[in-house]
Amino acid sequence: MKRRIIQVIFGYLLLIPFAILFLIPFLWSISTALKPLNQAFLFPPQWIPKPVMWENFVKGWKAAPFGRFFLNTTIITVLAVLGTVLSSSIVAYGFARLESFDKNILFILLLSTMMLPGQVTMIPIYILFKNLGWLNTFLPLIVPSWFGGGAFNIFLFRQFFLTIPKEFDDAAKVDGAGYFTIFWRIILPLSKPVLITITIFSIIYHWNDFLNPLIYLDKLEKFTIAIGLRYFQDNYQATYINLMMAVSLIALLPILILFLVAQRFFIKGIVLSGLKG
Amino acid sequence: MHKKKIFSRESVYFHFFISPWFLGFLIFTLWPIIQSIYISSTDWEMQLNVAPKFIGMANYKNLLFNDELFWISLKNTFYYAFGSVPLGLILALILALLLNQKLRGITIFRTIFYLPSVISGVAVALLWVWIFNPQFGIVNAILAKLGLPTPGWLTDPAWAMPALIIMSLWGVGGSMLIFLAGLQGIPTEFYEAAEIDGAKLWAKFRYITLPMLSPTIFFNLVMGIIGSFQIFTNVYIMTSGGPGTATLVYVLYLFQNAFLYFKMGYASAMAWILFVIILTLTLLVIKSSAFWVYYETEVKR
Repeated sequence: MKRRIIQVIFGYLLLIPFAILFLIPFLWSISTALKPLNQAFLFPPQWIPKPVMWENFVKGWKAAPFGRFFLNTTIITVLAVLGTVLSSSIVAYGFARLESFDKNILFILLLSTMMLPGQVTMIPIYILFKNLGWLNTFLPLIVPSWFGGGAFNIFLFRQFFLTIPKEFDDAAKVDGAGYFTIFWRIILPLSKPVLITITIFSIIYHWNDFLNPLIYLDKLEKFTIAIGLRYFQDNYQATYINLMMAVSLIALLPILILFLVAQRFFIKGIVLSGLKG
Repeated sequence: MHKKKIFSRESVYFHFFISPWFLGFLIFTLWPIIQSIYISSTDWEMQLNVAPKFIGMANYKNLLFNDELFWISLKNTFYYAFGSVPLGLILALILALLLNQKLRGITIFRTIFYLPSVISGVAVALLWVWIFNPQFGIVNAILAKLGLPTPGWLTDPAWAMPALIIMSLWGVGGSMLIFLAGLQGIPTEFYEAAEIDGAKLWAKFRYITLPMLSPTIFFNLVMGIIGSFQIFTNVYIMTSGGPGTATLVYVLYLFQNAFLYFKMGYASAMAWILFVIILTLTLLVIKSSAFWVYYETEVKR
């Protein structure tokens, strides 16, 4: 009993310092975001904003067309995630359930594409989209997602589909269901955990993506939040650090909310990708 | 032999279902690969709207023998990778071990450690610029309070890279969770048996936990290497490669060549060299894994 108590105390004594270290960046940015400007530039720094400047969030939001940036990012994210989830699950169904003489070769091909760093294909793809006249449109950020949605997502879906008993398919087949009906009515509804996980990770990827918007978009009205923040940094950072922190927090908010609502799917996803990879 | 059998109805459907990926493979992978090989052998300043000029291996030769910045960027990337990957693995493992205790409120700690790894990107990079601010940042405030020296961090060539490495540690939550899952997969009987034999904490860690966890370490190591060699956003936002060339990492230099100077041939050659480096390192780790990765089914002698 006594040994257990020591263990518990020791456990917390080790956990709490780490927790504080991990929380400091958050607390520091919240604190800065709520400070009047002159208080942000004090040494030693003060943690408690005085007075609390809630209006910093409004001011920061209005200092650049952030409403526009949010809308753009939302449009891109929704359409790209939809493409990712639909196309990768359809492809995964083919690999998990249907037989063909060339299936193994194609599957190896699929896996081997994961080895290729994106930088290799980045330039030719850029030239392709440039020639199509797609610069300064959202198409380069959306369209590729509809073509398979990434090898890794296909792989994750396939692994999950393989765990669904084939008897379900057979029963549906007896009832006259075709392959697509089986996929849409049986396999997909049974795959909610992996479906949600891939949706979440895909949302985060597209919401945070910086390199692609940086390459393809250079008109302010087309900007996403990521490059919008960069624009804000170029124009205001040195002087308005409190507003900078405020808009950064606003940009993080959707992901933070998503995380807190769906934490268990995040964890499931990480473990899924880690152990099966 | 029978044509009918090869292209069965099921096979036709198979091709139909995988067609999105296959088309994507042709358009966004295979064709770009072929293009990239060709472009890398040309001198092509895209901005000038001139046709690419074939120059054979000259881009590769120039990179390897005439470009000091190429080597600097390579050295910086190795510095970053060899700093952030081992430290990240150790921290992730420590946190996972701490989380693998039966304590009240442990999920709150898990959330705290995991959350930062979810929110990457520009907003986080901006936050860390402010954290590392030499005059008003919180890091130097704490160091000053402890009576320690207060470096210029991102403004000091010697400290900019360590700052980026420290920042990367904030994002170890993903590998931490993978470690945690690995830890929870170790049968408790192993520890019980070891305790009966009188094994102490360290012995249990060294002879049970580490070997049982080695496949997980292997996975995190490979992913960590691949990820760290492609670091871009944080450097772009926080230092733009500076001060001087202190944090000019490989992908940043590649990006500058491609989209600042529009030297598409040169940048393509850089991309292929990066591919070879990542592939080599990954294969080295895989090769070495025979000596240190234990899989449950095999018996080591």
